[in-house]
Amino acid sequence: MSALLDVKGIETFYGPSQALFGVDLEVGEGEVVALMGRNGMGKTTTISSICGLEKYRSGDVVFKGEDLKTLPSHKIARLGIGLVPEGRRCFPNLTVYENLIAAARTGDWTLDRVSTLFPRLKERFSQYANTLSGGEQQMLAVGRALMTNPDLLILDEATEGLAPVIRQEIWQAVRSLKETGQSILIVDKTLSELLPIADHCIILEKGTTVWKGKPEELTRDIENRYLGV
Amino acid sequence: MVNLSRENGFNFLLAAGLLIIPFIAQSMDEPFGITLATRVAVLALAGVGLNLALGSGGLVSFGHAAFFGLGGYVAGILAHHALNYEPIMLSPFEINGTTEMLIIWPLAMLVSGLAALLIGYFSLRTSGVYFIMITLAFAQMIYYFAISWPAYGGEDGLPIYLRNTFPGVNTMDPISFFLIAYVILLLVIALVHVLNNSRFGAALQAARQNDERLSAVGIAPFNIRLVAFVISAMITGLAGALQADLLKFVDPSALSWHMSGEIMIFVILGGVGRLFGPVAGAALFILFESIFGGMTEYWMLFLGAVLLIVVLFARGGLVGFIAGKARHG
Repeated sequence: MSALLDVKGIETFYGPSQALFGVDLEVGEGEVVALMGRNGMGKTTTISSICGLEKYRSGDVVFKGEDLKTLPSHKIARLGIGLVPEGRRCFPNLTVYENLIAAARTGDWTLDRVSTLFPRLKERFSQYANTLSGGEQQMLAVGRALMTNPDLLILDEATEGLAPVIRQEIWQAVRSLKETGQSILIVDKTLSELLPIADHCIILEKGTTVWKGKPEELTRDIENRYLGV
Repeated sequence: MVNLSRENGFNFLLAAGLLIIPFIAQSMDEPFGITLATRVAVLALAGVGLNLALGSGGLVSFGHAAFFGLGGYVAGILAHHALNYEPIMLSPFEINGTTEMLIIWPLAMLVSGLAALLIGYFSLRTSGVYFIMITLAFAQMIYYFAISWPAYGGEDGLPIYLRNTFPGVNTMDPISFFLIAYVILLLVIALVHVLNNSRFGAALQAARQNDERLSAVGIAPFNIRLVAFVISAMITGLAGALQADLLKFVDPSALSWHMSGEIMIFVILGGVGRLFGPVAGAALFILFESIFGGMTEYWMLFLGAVLLIVVLFARGGLVGFIAGKARHG
């Protein structure tokens, strides 16, 4: 069976400087894949390349059997990739409600279901996004991505810089999403939370995939070599 | 934060005030007051059009006179042919002019909309100062074309000898014509309100804020902007057709960049992105013109000073000054 998302040897440049030197990763149907690596190793660039926000020069990204190379980012999103970008990127001057409906596509995820997942959002429907706390904005970003009814949800540092209580709420949401069979590609630094829910792990170093495997195969040695500080 | 009840109250006052003035003017036997109120309604309508692009979409179009003038010329040309009993074209089939507003308006909107589709298709690929310049350039092209095309009066313009007709209404009666313009203005404002609060409106706001995020949720910012630009142009085109009927005359000045600037002034004076902003702006503009215009031909100097004050100290325009800053910032 072919994977939902298949990334093979992509190379991405920012102007003349090369950021990715051949990243490989696969996400299967219903899988949660952890994309790991130290800062500046190309995690976000990989995600931007998948979503069409940065164009890769060589290699292939195939999603649901379609080559994404020439597609503009909005078409990629419509194919079914829902991105929760790094740093809670909501539309600050829209209300929570407007943020959600602007993104909505028909499917299982509706306003009701998003507000069941994040009851806090429901309470703040008429509030402008820039008046929300950081955690609430993050929930809104996740909710907005879910409203597009994605086949693959991409979470880039979804819990970064949030209070521990809020982090737990987000992780709880991610776990319940996994239970419903949502495929997720996730970048996060909290290994203690990330590893238990990941089906596969991918480690990037200097823009290349250096390790692939199951979370239980991730030894202390590998952790120190590629992830430790 | 916006004080919504205060803004609604102010909007209501504006709408009611604009409705009452012509009747007061009539009872005082000052028919010129009716014309002024009609001008406010028509120019406000043009502003409402631009406000959709400028306020909600962040598209600083400096070429909306193109649509205003095109709408005017549609009204003028159709009436010209109808009144002279000359068909507009004979082959492959005969098309005649008309003096029916109900036919003229949709045609004016269609022509402005098509022009906006073409202009927007090219200009929306740029942003910022380039967008301003390209929209201006397109408008100037149409302006010079109108000047140099003698068939419809060229620089001298095209008179409409008899105001076009509306079923059941004597349009030559100033109050009746005012009411037509006023009702259209309110209907269009209602439409814009619905549009702003729809999913489309949210996406348009989002496009103004961040392209990338919008495309990451599967919406093409370009398409959203193009649709907004076309709707905006259609509204302004309709205003142009009304203006031609009000003045019973259309000339290339309706297409010139002065007109684009004036429409933009209505929006900025009244409050960018505010529902009734253009109404407040146009009313202020006409007020200034009639008060200071009588004293000196340099009345624009005062207008400029007010505009400067608004831009520096009251960026929400008149509506923002009264009802608080909007989310536009």
